[in-house]
Amino acid sequence: MSMLTDASEAVASPIPPIRDRSHSARQMILILTGLLVVTSYFSLTTGAAGTSLLDALSALIHGEEISLRDKVVLWDIRLPRLAMGILVGASLAVCGALMQGLFRNPLADPGLVGVNAGAGLAAVSAIVLVGHLPLAIREATGYFLVPLAAFLGGWGTTLLLYRVATRRGQTSVATMLLAGIALGALSGAVGGILIYQANDDQLRDLTFWGMGSLAGATWLKVLVTAPVILLAISVAPLLGKGLNGLSLGEAAARHIGINVQRVKRLSILSVAAATGAAVAATGGIGFIGIVVPHLLRLAIGPDHRYLLPNAALLGAILLLISDMISRVIIAPAELPIGIVTAVLGSPVFLWILLRRRGVLDM
Amino acid sequence: MRFLTTATLTAAFFALPLQAQDSHPDANRIASVGGAVTEIIYELGEEHRLVARDTTSVYPPAVHDLPDVGYMRRLSPEGVLSVNPDLVLTEPGSGPQETIDILTEAGVPFVPVPGGYSTQGILDRITSVSTVLGVPEKGAELAERIGAELATVEAMAAERAGDAKPRVLFVLSMPGGRLNVGGLNTRGDGIIKMAGAENAIQVFEEYRTLSDEAIIELAPDAILMMAPRGDHSTSTEDILAHPAVALTPAGQNAKVIRIDGTLLLGFGPRAAQGVQLLAEALYGGGEG
Repeated sequence: MSMLTDASEAVASPIPPIRDRSHSARQMILILTGLLVVTSYFSLTTGAAGTSLLDALSALIHGEEISLRDKVVLWDIRLPRLAMGILVGASLAVCGALMQGLFRNPLADPGLVGVNAGAGLAAVSAIVLVGHLPLAIREATGYFLVPLAAFLGGWGTTLLLYRVATRRGQTSVATMLLAGIALGALSGAVGGILIYQANDDQLRDLTFWGMGSLAGATWLKVLVTAPVILLAISVAPLLGKGLNGLSLGEAAARHIGINVQRVKRLSILSVAAATGAAVAATGGIGFIGIVVPHLLRLAIGPDHRYLLPNAALLGAILLLISDMISRVIIAPAELPIGIVTAVLGSPVFLWILLRRRGVLDM
Repeated sequence: MRFLTTATLTAAFFALPLQAQDSHPDANRIASVGGAVTEIIYELGEEHRLVARDTTSVYPPAVHDLPDVGYMRRLSPEGVLSVNPDLVLTEPGSGPQETIDILTEAGVPFVPVPGGYSTQGILDRITSVSTVLGVPEKGAELAERIGAELATVEAMAAERAGDAKPRVLFVLSMPGGRLNVGGLNTRGDGIIKMAGAENAIQVFEEYRTLSDEAIIELAPDAILMMAPRGDHSTSTEDILAHPAVALTPAGQNAKVIRIDGTLLLGFGPRAAQGVQLLAEALYGGGEG
């Protein structure tokens, strides 16, 4: 566990701990909100379908008729995609920040609580075993089957891990981490068995599911996903103080009057719900949850009260930018967004590591 | 009079199965998804009505001038709409469903073209495409020509094969030194049958990787692969050097047949060429 402790000090202790950065952190919220508005505007006006949509927007405002195609592109493709991008980007980044705070480890991401492994296994099962399900279920869920399975699988796995790691009302994050590794390996193995049974079409679906995309965003999906994600990340502001306390260590946090168990429970459950919903809606999108909190810690310091809302904003901005790249770079075809976030995210992450190397080597 | 009635009835009988397929004779901005569908549109001489293609449409070369809307199973709704199509003609399995829903919403018909991996499947495809395009006469003509070509090569292949049908193993790829081979009802299976031979795999469908022991046990007479494209493909030397393959009749006689993938697995208008090449490679060239 020494690695955990070492790393935790690196992130948790504000270095140097003298300057009060709350002012710049509050300013950052305003700046990022402005940026999000600008990014959203560009997200609505860029895409394979060309710039005539600018005219469509103004026609819409002036109450004039626009063509069916432009209406569909704006209303049924770009708007739900924008909404989904904001929701998922915010959720991935906030969950990353919550997990790093909870585990006091800069490398923590929502995957640690098993949500990705569970969601992945459930998605694979749904794709491969769909033919064996009763017709009634297949008809009732339609193409929601995979997202629904992913959400339930992710959520269920986290609950299971939480139960395993909780004894006498105390949750051990270390046990949770290790049990998560075991459960992850098990899901990987069961997933492997299923993949071996899969036919070619299913294999291709699986590959693309793993790379993630916002292309499938529809209003229905946004409406189903939004309440889960919004509810889950609206808990985050309640956790800022608690996570700040936890960064001193569990014992110290208890001494300064923090209900440690409550912080853990709320973080884990909201991460499971938000990540589960995000993964279910868009498939696997990596690196936002790691890169965003790290960038923000460089800029505004590690105070979770400001880190969490800023993470939501920056996560949404970065995902929208990645999405714009994914849909124009090989237009009219589209690159899966998980590829874009990984290509953009990995160098940034390396750069952060190099900048902070002195700190992490301690 | 009686002749007329018979003719009408016959025409009605033949027209019946086609009524299931919608006709879009006015479609002039067609996005073609699927290599075979695209080739058929070119063979019908209707290529002036195309505005886009998918990644799997690579023949004829002129098709590369059209914008590529991506992989057929992962079509992006905005990408497809950006080429302003009034019809999307696809192979079965194209999607995803979300994209189909949005295109339908935008009033763009998304029409799948059915057809299996056999001569009949190819002819069905031609008939369907020509019906949808509103050029059934051209389609009938093309189907007749292609049908005749296929019948000729199939008859030739069947005759040359005789009773001793060679057992052919279709190898799709060799990831990590293991053979990924085509089972029953795959495209590879279809072309092997059309060339009068027998698929060495008779126990499973779809594509599977084989263990080395299974390869030796199968003892195929020949190995069929796509012709290499670029540097990343498995070379014929690689496959012959495979320890299990080397022990099979195919390995010992160095009988590895490589044919262009679009001819071999396209099941479009050029399938007869693929069958011809395969038959020549299996039974020797010319009359011998």
